[in-house]
Amino acid sequence: AAMADGEDEELVLSPAQLLLSLEQAWLNEKFAPELLESKPEIIECVVEQLDHMEANLKRAKRGDLKVSVHHMEIERIRYVLSSYLRCRLVKIEKFFPHILEKEKSRADGEPSILSPEEFAFAKEYMANTETHLKNVALKHMPPNLQKVSLLKSVPKPNLDSFVFLRVLERQENILVEPETDEQREYAITLEEGSQHLIRYKTVAPLVASGAVQLI
Amino acid sequence: RQALEEMRALYERNQADVSEAKSGRSDLIFLIRFRHCCLLRNQRCLLAYLYDRLLRIRALRWEYGSVLPNTIQFHMSAEEVEWFNRYKKSLATYMRSVGGEEGLDLTQDIKPPKSLYIEVRCLKDHGEFEIDDGTTILLKKNSQHFLPRWKCEQLIRQGVLEHVLS
Repeated sequence: AAMADGEDEELVLSPAQLLLSLEQAWLNEKFAPELLESKPEIIECVVEQLDHMEANLKRAKRGDLKVSVHHMEIERIRYVLSSYLRCRLVKIEKFFPHILEKEKSRADGEPSILSPEEFAFAKEYMANTETHLKNVALKHMPPNLQKVSLLKSVPKPNLDSFVFLRVLERQENILVEPETDEQREYAITLEEGSQHLIRYKTVAPLVASGAVQLI
Repeated sequence: RQALEEMRALYERNQADVSEAKSGRSDLIFLIRFRHCCLLRNQRCLLAYLYDRLLRIRALRWEYGSVLPNTIQFHMSAEEVEWFNRYKKSLATYMRSVGGEEGLDLTQDIKPPKSLYIEVRCLKDHGEFEIDDGTTILLKKNSQHFLPRWKCEQLIRQGVLEHVLS
């Protein structure tokens, strides 16, 4: 499978590496309290891979033991992919006003957390919900109460929640916020291979860059 | 609806007092503020109730599929049915855009696959059912079969088949 990276060079990934990338994206998305950057390249390549495997399966001899094993593999990959995309949809629906606001105020060079299709879905979800609340309740309310800010009413993701992680690349001088008033900010070093339980907010950029893996 | 009525009544009373207050009677300010708080609270409760219903209706799409059983539809208001239809359409558009030619049905594969074939019992007569290698199975009530998992998922959700866990 081939993936284009930021500098427009194509990286050729072996199927095993591709699946590892998918698994990593899946786990990160599962454990992160907020919606992470979208990974269209991974998804595209995995779909291509699945199509390829299914085509191979159709051509194989019936009754061959390998067929069952490959079939199982396809099912597993499809499960991980579906679970990953479902996880994202759930977060999009949960935090839709904040996600759409974030997307609106995104700078041009910054990567999007939503794929174009997810963006369309999010906008439709917002319009659908807003229209519904307006027609059923708001328009029947007194004039000064007919507008409501969904941005203020819908809860935001809790970035202070704690997450488990494993360090993939050594990180120095990570500033940790104090838990109590007596403590002060202190810096820690994350050694490669070590595992930690830490506040998501502190490590959010590291998750995005791939330096740590949520588990 | 009752909440809306109450809100309307409160608002009207508040209006009267607002115009009074504007004419200089500052002792009414507290009453106005109190009523405004009640109104805001009513608004919040109403919207929370309606929004929660939407979340449950959304869950129905993922649990039951695109066609809702009549008993459930009966409990939904016309606007809610409309919301459901729009949501279902939006979801379908998204799913189609994802997996290559046919799209990827995200409402399948909810649990990690444990085995390729599963034991199922037929709960009602469903007639003939063809599986991938060409053979047809007759799904008669109470018959048991050993079938490929992915073929059965939808029928299990529709209540035609039941997964037998031994």
